[in-house]
Amino acid sequence: MTVNSATTTPTLPGTGTVRLAAESVSLAYDDRVVVRDLDLELTDGSFTAVVGPNGCGKSTLLRALGRLLRPVSGQVLLDGRAIARTPTREVARVLGLLPQTPVAPEGLTVGDLVARGRHPHQSWLRQWSRDDEAAVAEALTWTDMADLADRPVDELSGGQRQRAWISMALAQGTDLLLLDEPTTYLDLSHQIDVLELVARLHAERGRTVVVVLHDLNLAARYAQRLVAMDDGALVASGTPAEVLTEQLLADVFDLEARIVPDPVAGTPMVVPVRRLR
Amino acid sequence: MSSSTDAAPRRQGPGGLGGPEGTAPRHGGLLRQRRSRLLGLLLLLVLVVVAATLSIAVGSRGIGLGAVWQALTDPGVPTEETVIVRELRLPRTALGLMVGLSLGVAGALAQGHTRNPLGDPGLLGVTAGASLGVVLAIHLLGVGTPAGYVWFAFAGALVGTVLVFSLGSAGRGGATPVTLALAGAALSALFYALVRAVLVSDTDSLDAFRFWVVGALAGRGADVAWQVAPFIAAGLVLALVNAPALDLLGLGEDVARGLGQRVWLARSVGLAAVTLLCGAATAACGPIAFVGLVVPHVVRVFTGPAHRWLVPCSGLLGAALLLVADVLGRVVVRPGELQVGIVLALLGAPFFIALIRRRRLVST
Repeated sequence: MTVNSATTTPTLPGTGTVRLAAESVSLAYDDRVVVRDLDLELTDGSFTAVVGPNGCGKSTLLRALGRLLRPVSGQVLLDGRAIARTPTREVARVLGLLPQTPVAPEGLTVGDLVARGRHPHQSWLRQWSRDDEAAVAEALTWTDMADLADRPVDELSGGQRQRAWISMALAQGTDLLLLDEPTTYLDLSHQIDVLELVARLHAERGRTVVVVLHDLNLAARYAQRLVAMDDGALVASGTPAEVLTEQLLADVFDLEARIVPDPVAGTPMVVPVRRLR
Repeated sequence: MSSSTDAAPRRQGPGGLGGPEGTAPRHGGLLRQRRSRLLGLLLLLVLVVVAATLSIAVGSRGIGLGAVWQALTDPGVPTEETVIVRELRLPRTALGLMVGLSLGVAGALAQGHTRNPLGDPGLLGVTAGASLGVVLAIHLLGVGTPAGYVWFAFAGALVGTVLVFSLGSAGRGGATPVTLALAGAALSALFYALVRAVLVSDTDSLDAFRFWVVGALAGRGADVAWQVAPFIAAGLVLALVNAPALDLLGLGEDVARGLGQRVWLARSVGLAAVTLLCGAATAACGPIAFVGLVVPHVVRVFTGPAHRWLVPCSGLLGAALLLVADVLGRVVVRPGELQVGIVLALLGAPFFIALIRRRRLVST
């Protein structure tokens, strides 16, 4: 498969230091190889969206970047150090992650959920501290969840629930944040709500964000950089304008589409025509 | 077409997302929850003391409270009453306390690790393994006293859990709640089949076994209590260590790992605690159902899903429940006795049904 126009170099030129990198990473479940020989570099303060058709391996890649899945070959580097050989807790102080549609135990309050985000900063000697208290209070306020702090998570609406989880990730206080389809099952206005929150985390709190997204238009609007995957390989990487081309949509998504400028943000917007083949 | 550099304006979404910066007020609800947990803990402590007092004071032979007090404080005169209180009721109460504590705590851990509201130490193959150990001890070695059963029951429980854990973690992704529960159910069925195979062929074993299998505190002397005490103590320590990890595992394994929890370690510690606690309890008293199943559900009403509270409170309620059931068993069919395992089943079944009807059962 050829993908033209999109740059295939894995980094944007002229950006900061590399925080998280995949070096010829291959990922497999049992014998089934899902991702082959993939290279990717994520620079400090970047906002990257990983897009691709169902089953292309984007969630699997995110799991490997978050140390949830050990590569069968190659390695993932966090701040230049092999993540597989870094203690879990040390990773958890730098890198936070939210899996797709996480589930909280019934009856768990928002406040308790967010408080659990402080776990990597606690130890047997140092249990709950003023820092923890302050971080939780701030995370709740910042995500506008303070008024819901003593409500059970399972009684919230889908959008509020996702906010509660993001609040937990914020309390964790990590520089890097990996989100696997945080907008799943949300209606459009709540999708926007969640992505605005993530974008503010990036813009105002300087978080380095990697998010797996299905919606190409939202990905193009919020992310600085898109990474397109197909069949376990990285096929394009660059600014939304560089990656989202009619050719790429045909090649990767089997979709005939027009690309027009988003009338609000000016970012590329996909207008589907029909499915190819 | 815009490049990514002019992204800033579109990021400033319409307002209403962030509240004003500053500290969030600590809410009345959180305070209330903290207060209800403390109150519940206090109530449980009182309940345990009352139950222990009853267990020492009440029996098939009526002994006045004054005489009980004298027997406890002044053993100088070895009257018949002093002997009954010190040699029979005191060890029986101590054993009841330990076993109830163990079963309650083990139940809370088992439900947490399997994320299954029907989670019970029996679900993890502990009880079935212990039963097989006792049957083999009776059948092959002719062991005939509770003090003699202890080690075999314990060995059986250990083998049972280790097998369940290794089978449950064999697949991809290691030991998950589902694989643990499946392995436990399958191995329990196998162990019970073996138990029945022995019992069917050997009526002498059946006679000895049937007194063990109903679950009783009666006839276990201080020697049994001392035998299992160190294991229960070790199990309780591991359980308390494991409780915070269970709070993280309750968010799902991926989230727990993301928060820096070593999942395999937490599962191992938890299963070790369940094996020690439930193995020791079963070894001492035979299989006692319902405590591990029911108690965590009751405690959860006031602790919520926080295992730091749920685990110790389940232990306390387990101890109180077991002692009360034992006392009831001594009273209801005087001058005979009903074994505590039977009383618990008679009490537990309707109670559990009422609980299911009142509120939706929740896991972890």
